[in-house]
Amino acid sequence: MKKKRIVGRFIVFITCLIFAVAFLLPTVLTVTNSFMTESEIESNYGQVFGTVRAGKTYIAEKVNLKFIPDKVSFSQYITVLLKSPDYLLKFWNSVILVVPITLLQLVIASVAAYGFTRWRGKIRAAIFFFYVILMLMPYQVTLVPNYIVSDFLGILYTRSAIILPGAFAPFSVFLLTKYMRRIPVSLIEAAKLDGASEFYIFFRVCLPQCRAALYSIALLVFIDYWNMVEQPLVLLKDETQQPLSVYLSSINAGEVGLAFAVATIYMVPTLLLFLHGEDYLVEGIAHQGSVKG
Amino acid sequence: MRGISVFEKARERRLENRRYKERLKEVKHRMKAGERFSYLMGRLRDFLMSIGFLGPSFLGVIVFFIAPFGVVVYYSLIKSSLDDEFVGLLNYQKLLENNTFLTACKNTATFSAVAVPLAVILALVLALLLEARIPMKSQFRTFFLSPMMVPVASVVLIWQVIFSENGVLNDFTAMFGADKIDWLKSDYAQLVVVVLFLWKNLGYNMILFMSALANIPTELLEVADVEGASPLYKFFAIKLRYLSPTVLFVTILSLINSFKVFREVYLLAGNYPYEALYTLQHFMNNTFRSLDYQKLSSAAVILAGVMVVIIAILFIVEDVFGKDVEG
Repeated sequence: MKKKRIVGRFIVFITCLIFAVAFLLPTVLTVTNSFMTESEIESNYGQVFGTVRAGKTYIAEKVNLKFIPDKVSFSQYITVLLKSPDYLLKFWNSVILVVPITLLQLVIASVAAYGFTRWRGKIRAAIFFFYVILMLMPYQVTLVPNYIVSDFLGILYTRSAIILPGAFAPFSVFLLTKYMRRIPVSLIEAAKLDGASEFYIFFRVCLPQCRAALYSIALLVFIDYWNMVEQPLVLLKDETQQPLSVYLSSINAGEVGLAFAVATIYMVPTLLLFLHGEDYLVEGIAHQGSVKG
Repeated sequence: MRGISVFEKARERRLENRRYKERLKEVKHRMKAGERFSYLMGRLRDFLMSIGFLGPSFLGVIVFFIAPFGVVVYYSLIKSSLDDEFVGLLNYQKLLENNTFLTACKNTATFSAVAVPLAVILALVLALLLEARIPMKSQFRTFFLSPMMVPVASVVLIWQVIFSENGVLNDFTAMFGADKIDWLKSDYAQLVVVVLFLWKNLGYNMILFMSALANIPTELLEVADVEGASPLYKFFAIKLRYLSPTVLFVTILSLINSFKVFREVYLLAGNYPYEALYTLQHFMNNTFRSLDYQKLSSAAVILAGVMVVIIAILFIVEDVFGKDVEG
């Protein structure tokens, strides 16, 4: 009996290991390949992308999916970070789009979520339902309204056209409301009996309870917008304003040699947030429960 | 046991709720004029407070989502941007006769219908696997989440390396004597995208299930163990009931994400991909480029309508299955 159980556990472990390797592979590949020289990458993947100028470089017969570079080199990083300021500029473009969106969305959403938690009624329930529907709308549906309203407000082709709708996106209102409703009502009522004002309750009683949720939602929102492609393509015209997420894809076409280094640099902020808050991520989304209000 | 206690708990709670409401009504009835006034003032203050908190967000939602959506509906009903003659449902009729639109609809529907259930079921299986007592559990969790970090563009790069005509997968299948195919331009194209979707989303879904599994009251499972229930019975009779709200949540989340996979497809295959990959999102983007507002608006309205129907169905499903295990 006991032996059987150990064998079972071993099988489960191996299955998980296989899955884990498959999941981890692209990430590892991106990072290790960023330490190859550009010519090594071009010779490895030249067959796929056809980037190599005829005759100049040796192209391997077959595509070479290699994890370990022939010679560890930082040449890609030197090119990206020092020689061409373009990449850093685009990186900065990403930062000044995504950071305001994340922060604004969290502030607006936590206030609104408190409103949804503290006062309930038929009208507010209807509004909340509306938020849920809105949250589920694919971006392609909200794209047209977005375009129209930016045009109307005169912010089309500026960063505000992306930041403002992002700040009011209902996604985090929904998640935070779900989380706040798990806070024991007695806690809020006790504060109220002690004469605390609503704002005091909000800041001192409610928000500290939501730290994990706030962090995990911030992470989700950040990742989502950090990788946005559609919005900037439509709402920004000026090439110099495009974030790196859009630019990164045009690198693929031209200079594959640099793509991995740029991608690795691009992963760094997410990675840091991730390592810092993985436990929050698990804890913060732990109590999602039902979808309805 | 066997879940009966859960039903009873829910019924008790419902009864208590009703009793509370009746009591409230009685109290209100007996209030004197002055008391009633202060009660009303309290309600008014609460109302103003809630507006204060909800206001900013709701205002933004109105300005950036609802009002412009009204404009979209309006656009879908007129002849053209210059000529605002009311044409009724003509634009919709034209759209529904448009073959590209129908292909796009079909492809999107097939993709979501395959990818979303797979994402839910496989994530649940992974979460259950990780419940077993095995080493390196938390590392596995991190590994499964790692695809969330990889930028879309590098995902696309790697997918091209693997699935293109000269790619790694073809080298591999060649060992078994298979012919080279360009996977993204074959009938397997959708499968490639499904794999990509799963790779990206399974980790997060799995985390949601893991935390839901951790919240199942252990006493219930222990009792089942004592009574000699099989693991299969424990799963279907106990765990699944407690997981049902999470299943719904994950389904909805995966549905949202299945619409986002367009990013990858667009970067993989461009604006006009192989037919099997031409989704609604391509249709919208391409129409947007040609600035055909009428086509675009009616497509957006139809898409929104379909989403509302799907959500309504999911909510009804939750009402039927989820109610008695909440809380």
